[in-house]
Amino acid sequence: MRAAPLPNDRPDTGPVLDIRDLVVEFPTRRGVLTAIRGVSVTVERGEILGIVGESGAGKSLTGAAVIGLLEPPGRIAGGEIRIRGRRIDNLPKRDMMALRGSTIGAIFQDPLTSLNPLLTVGDQLIETIRCHLPLSRAEAAMRAIDLLNEVGIPSAELRLQQYPHQFSGGMRQRVVIALALAGEPDLVVADEPTTALDVSIQAQITALLKRICRDRGTAVMLVTHDMGVIAETADRVAVMYAGRIVEIGPVDDIIRRPQHPYTRGLIGSIPSLVTSHERLVQIDGAMPRLNSMPAGCAFHPRCVLADTRCRSTLPPLLTNGSGLAACWNLAAGNAVEAA
Amino acid sequence: MTNAHAKPTLRVDDVACFFDVSPSWFDRTVMRKPQRTLKAVDGLSFVIPRGTTFSIVGESGCGKSTLARMVVGLYQPTRGTLSFADGSGRDGFVRTQMIFQDPFASLNPRWRVGAIIAEPIKQMALRPSGVETQARVRQLLETVGLSGQDSNRYPHEFSGGQRQRISIARALAAEPEFLVCDEPTSALDVSVQAQILNLLKDLQRELGLTYLFISHNLAAVRHVSDRVAVMYLGRIVEEAATDEIFERPQHPYTRFLLDTVPNLDRPNRDRMQATVDLPSPIDPPPGCAYNPRCPLATDICRTAAPESHPVGGSLVRCHHAIA
Repeated sequence: MRAAPLPNDRPDTGPVLDIRDLVVEFPTRRGVLTAIRGVSVTVERGEILGIVGESGAGKSLTGAAVIGLLEPPGRIAGGEIRIRGRRIDNLPKRDMMALRGSTIGAIFQDPLTSLNPLLTVGDQLIETIRCHLPLSRAEAAMRAIDLLNEVGIPSAELRLQQYPHQFSGGMRQRVVIALALAGEPDLVVADEPTTALDVSIQAQITALLKRICRDRGTAVMLVTHDMGVIAETADRVAVMYAGRIVEIGPVDDIIRRPQHPYTRGLIGSIPSLVTSHERLVQIDGAMPRLNSMPAGCAFHPRCVLADTRCRSTLPPLLTNGSGLAACWNLAAGNAVEAA
Repeated sequence: MTNAHAKPTLRVDDVACFFDVSPSWFDRTVMRKPQRTLKAVDGLSFVIPRGTTFSIVGESGCGKSTLARMVVGLYQPTRGTLSFADGSGRDGFVRTQMIFQDPFASLNPRWRVGAIIAEPIKQMALRPSGVETQARVRQLLETVGLSGQDSNRYPHEFSGGQRQRISIARALAAEPEFLVCDEPTSALDVSVQAQILNLLKDLQRELGLTYLFISHNLAAVRHVSDRVAVMYLGRIVEEAATDEIFERPQHPYTRFLLDTVPNLDRPNRDRMQATVDLPSPIDPPPGCAYNPRCPLATDICRTAAPESHPVGGSLVRCHHAIA
């Protein structure tokens, strides 16, 4: 066991983000609901990890747990989260606040609600920069202009004087990205950053995320329900279902050769632009509720391959091709051809 | 049904819808501020044949929802006419119903599902007795893939996809021939979207429904439509059969839209990017509204608005698309 490193000790080896066996639960009057049931994942420097799943799969909660913004009564009940080797899940609120913005940046879905409508964009950027870096107001203003230029906002000096409502949706999201980068974070958690935007603007924002990741070496955790955005942006992708990762691997492999029956259904249900099929593959039913989680594999009630073992025993996440998948049918070696 | 196939259900003829967004009377008289008009929709003409799906695609603010609201009569057109052919409704009209985007906002949370679906039946007196109304409600729930017992539950007990099924059942309760679907799947997960799109297709086949399908999701549109119109700033810039528009797009905007969509078949590619944001419909650019974003724009595009003309199998509104 290695000793806990000091806060300013930042080893350049090893993953930026290391989540191990994360468990998140919500105590309620009718008992404790476990929303995340043992998620382990790492993000390397300069890597974009996509987390994809349907609503309720726990993908946004995983992001919120990393940023330390779980809504009470939600709490981390097990496992650990490390950033550059330093454990952050048990930090006091004050330390976590200092970390948020400087080590971890966050981008949320709706750019209008993540900016203060009463302050100019310049004020918000300068405040954020001075919060994390020891700069004077004038120096911070220079840095704000650099940041706006970096995220592709033209005439940055003028834009600093403007309020969020004077920006279009795509431009606002660029401001939010500039804010997330203001403290020069090692990790950016982007929760549905393109969902509120039109497709033409989506393309700009995903390109910007990719460029930042490449130029700055920032690790990005991209949480989205949109497989298309993942396909274009991420290096690796983790597919979540009912609070667990069911499949994880390089993005090209997962999209071309999905292994887990859920991933296969998910990818088959996306209508194609190139060919028109008469019927889409559909996964019948819906994700189980937290208070009525089935025994064994959580996907078995919707799975066409489910047998007795799936109904009783939870499948482990095992190596499968270039990635990992949690499915008894794959573990047994009798992988079924894609439907 | 078969002999009525070629007959148009909805004919839209040069329809426009303007909104007055002028400053207040005081500002106009004292501050001399001018009157302003937002041209949400301008000069739309198309025909939807019976039993087919006509889709409208475009970015937010292009006027697609305004059009949907005019079709169901929630807005009155400023100019032009929308006319339905003679229908088989009780009074000879085609009945239209609408399916809304957000299944969480479009169902009354205090009503049981059975009451929500029975409301149009009672309002229009489509069934003579309460017993028959209840039987019809159960039948509708089964048609959309829910169970008859669900009529005693409240909307919050259902997932997003199930709620959208309830919305569809409510729309079908009025026995419509024409359904306006305004972004029916954009609030849903992809696996659920597939269920709803499949359901809409099945219902069309079984009941001979005609759809006006409004979406920004090009892949979903390709999957359900027979004909597609692409809107940009209140005008249709291209209209064609589905395969035609996806395989041989003529208008530069259509090509741009198709290229920006994330494509699972080509992961990790760099997409084309818009350099200019969508202009405001209050103050559209002169000439062709697309000229500030268009890679082909020349002088004529900046001065004269193009007329819609046939190119190949499409109707295209572009100076540079030549047959």
